[in-house]
Amino acid sequence: MMYTLSTDDTATAVDDAARLLAADGTRLHDSRLDHWIEGITADELRGLYRDMAIARRLDAEGVALQRQGHLGLWAPSQGQEAVQVATARACRPDDFLFPSYREHGVLLVRGAAPSDLVLNWRGEAHSTFDPYALNVATPQIIIGAQTLHAVGYAMGVQRDEGDQVAVTYFGDGATSQGDVNEAMVFASSFGAPVVFVCSNNHWAISEPVTVQSRFPIAGRAPGFGIPSMRVDGNDVLACTAAMRWALDHARSGAGPVFLEAVTYRMGPHTTSDDPTRYRDRDELERWRARDPLTRLEAFLRREHELDDAWMLSLTAETDGVAAQMRAAALNAHTRPAIEVLDDVYAEPHSGLQRQRARFAAYLDGFTDVTEAGR
Amino acid sequence: MTSLTMGKALTAGLHAAMTRDDRVVIMGEDIGALGGVFRITDGLLAEFGPKRVLDMPLAESGIVGTAVGLAMRGFRPVVEIQFDGFVYPAFDQIVCQVAKLHYRTRGHVKMPLTIRIPWAGGVGAAEHHSESPEAYFVHTAGLRVIAVSNPQDAFTMLQQAIACDDPVIFFEPKRLYHAKGEVDLAADIADAPPMGLARVVRSGSDVTIVTYGAQVTTALDAAIAAEDDGISIEVIDLRALSPVDYRTIAASVRKTGRLVVTHEAGGEAGVGAEIIASVTEQCFHHLEAAPQRVTGHDIPYPPAKLERHHVPDLDRILDAVDRVLERPNSLTGFEEPELRVEAATQAGASESRTR
Repeated sequence: MMYTLSTDDTATAVDDAARLLAADGTRLHDSRLDHWIEGITADELRGLYRDMAIARRLDAEGVALQRQGHLGLWAPSQGQEAVQVATARACRPDDFLFPSYREHGVLLVRGAAPSDLVLNWRGEAHSTFDPYALNVATPQIIIGAQTLHAVGYAMGVQRDEGDQVAVTYFGDGATSQGDVNEAMVFASSFGAPVVFVCSNNHWAISEPVTVQSRFPIAGRAPGFGIPSMRVDGNDVLACTAAMRWALDHARSGAGPVFLEAVTYRMGPHTTSDDPTRYRDRDELERWRARDPLTRLEAFLRREHELDDAWMLSLTAETDGVAAQMRAAALNAHTRPAIEVLDDVYAEPHSGLQRQRARFAAYLDGFTDVTEAGR
Repeated sequence: MTSLTMGKALTAGLHAAMTRDDRVVIMGEDIGALGGVFRITDGLLAEFGPKRVLDMPLAESGIVGTAVGLAMRGFRPVVEIQFDGFVYPAFDQIVCQVAKLHYRTRGHVKMPLTIRIPWAGGVGAAEHHSESPEAYFVHTAGLRVIAVSNPQDAFTMLQQAIACDDPVIFFEPKRLYHAKGEVDLAADIADAPPMGLARVVRSGSDVTIVTYGAQVTTALDAAIAAEDDGISIEVIDLRALSPVDYRTIAASVRKTGRLVVTHEAGGEAGVGAEIIASVTEQCFHHLEAAPQRVTGHDIPYPPAKLERHHVPDLDRILDAVDRVLERPNSLTGFEEPELRVEAATQAGASESRTR
């Protein structure tokens, strides 16, 4: 059975989301958001475009690398660049972010190297960067688990009397998980400085958002005592403004905030998924017309703040970053076999030490290094 | 030395840990004003305040998940799970996050959590209040598992667990919360035996009994009773279930050649199964007889009036001691049921049951 968005489903309605940039790039006004991007410069806007373009280009490279057999899997983020880039850019370096496995744009904005995006999908490592170097937690695979970590981190900030904010990213599907609902209970009860960013991309693998919620997701938060806003997730201006509002609220000690960014998962859930089995072509094309990059490009061109020359040099830049990511994947070195036992514990564990010694003796029995995978 | 109940010894241990390190925070249901349903956290809210003694919403996954976040911020959380049977909602956070974050991040993120669990039965409780889930956590790589049997260990090992940079699941036998013992409150934990060390609590030469938690008391009672029969039993209190101190166990088994492992948890894939497999691997040629397990049955914990038939008591332990000594015991002449199946199966029997 093919699912399509039904326009009378308030759970999925796009029209009521707060917006500052229409799909065709026309500048709109929203009294809740306007003052949060007052004075935003053309340079900043071009910077946001550039970030989104890099995110999109690397995401496409990830898909290509998987199709070519260099990665086991890739989770495409195509279509979701605006919410990821805008919200991450709005954060302070000392805020701490707790993303899911799809937030490639967030990682890039926070300073991840191209190799950081790809070595885990290649199976070389479970995590590719020091969370404390980027102030970003390792992207989470257990759906929604990261929301509790963000709340706990924020509770720690309160105890330190700091003014950092914990930001957590998750999808519409995740909002059904107990952990996400518990996170909202705990955040509210403790008034913790957390911003919940729900990327409602309309699909949890093959399940439409109407299976997860019969009510707009942003509408759930006030039930927990958390102020919320539903924002056009493909509008980088609205996402920037909404995130600035949210961060300011949380940082001031007024408690948690919930943003529902209404967007669309243009690609499959992962490269192992086949959306043609459950999704309508028309729906995809309707959302292509709402693309986050084309609408910002249209606006900037109209304002004479973006031209073909700049776009050309940007393409060269994004191709360069993609090449770095490709090189990192293709030149990756698989670690020696004995290292599979590394880092299970912080302190010596006699049981594991014994296993390590025995495994090392076993590996020593191989004269051919490659045979042992050493 | 002070005579203290295990409960009070735990309170003292928490107090000492919280005084020593102001990054230690305690969190759980009802641990604040109430002082915990077992009063283990009694007085700590008044002393350390609500920033460090947190009454948490009624959601175990949320409690452990937020403890993970606090640890990432550099705190040292001590979580109280109200009863053993309530740890399961937190199982995903414990197994997928607490146990794996250090490995996942190649050591960048540490999880110095302690998760305290009032544990096991023998207290006439309602369903779900007498669980022995330790095997699930022993089996989970990345966790350390401790089971205390006496007030001194409760005082010392809780502090060691809190100071340890690895996550520790800390089992407290609730039926011993009110049992008293001598505690040296002035003892420096730096001088205490390592947390992973087992203890020979009674020397003997004929049989080794390995056990942990409240079963240590039962095993000691069995050893005293066995003396009258001229049997000398060595009792080892494991103290740590992950890692297990095989050095101490192997030294004992090499001496006695006969091993009995007893625990309240069901035998199937339990800690006893692991100990016996490892001892068999390491000490096979020193064994004089097949090692024996004396455990709870593989049943859900029974109703209170029947629990004494489930928790291994002194008699069942002595029966296993007889068995490992190849003396007459309850299974002498016992035929394994499989051998009787062919004789019992009849076409008529199954027909009558469906009518």
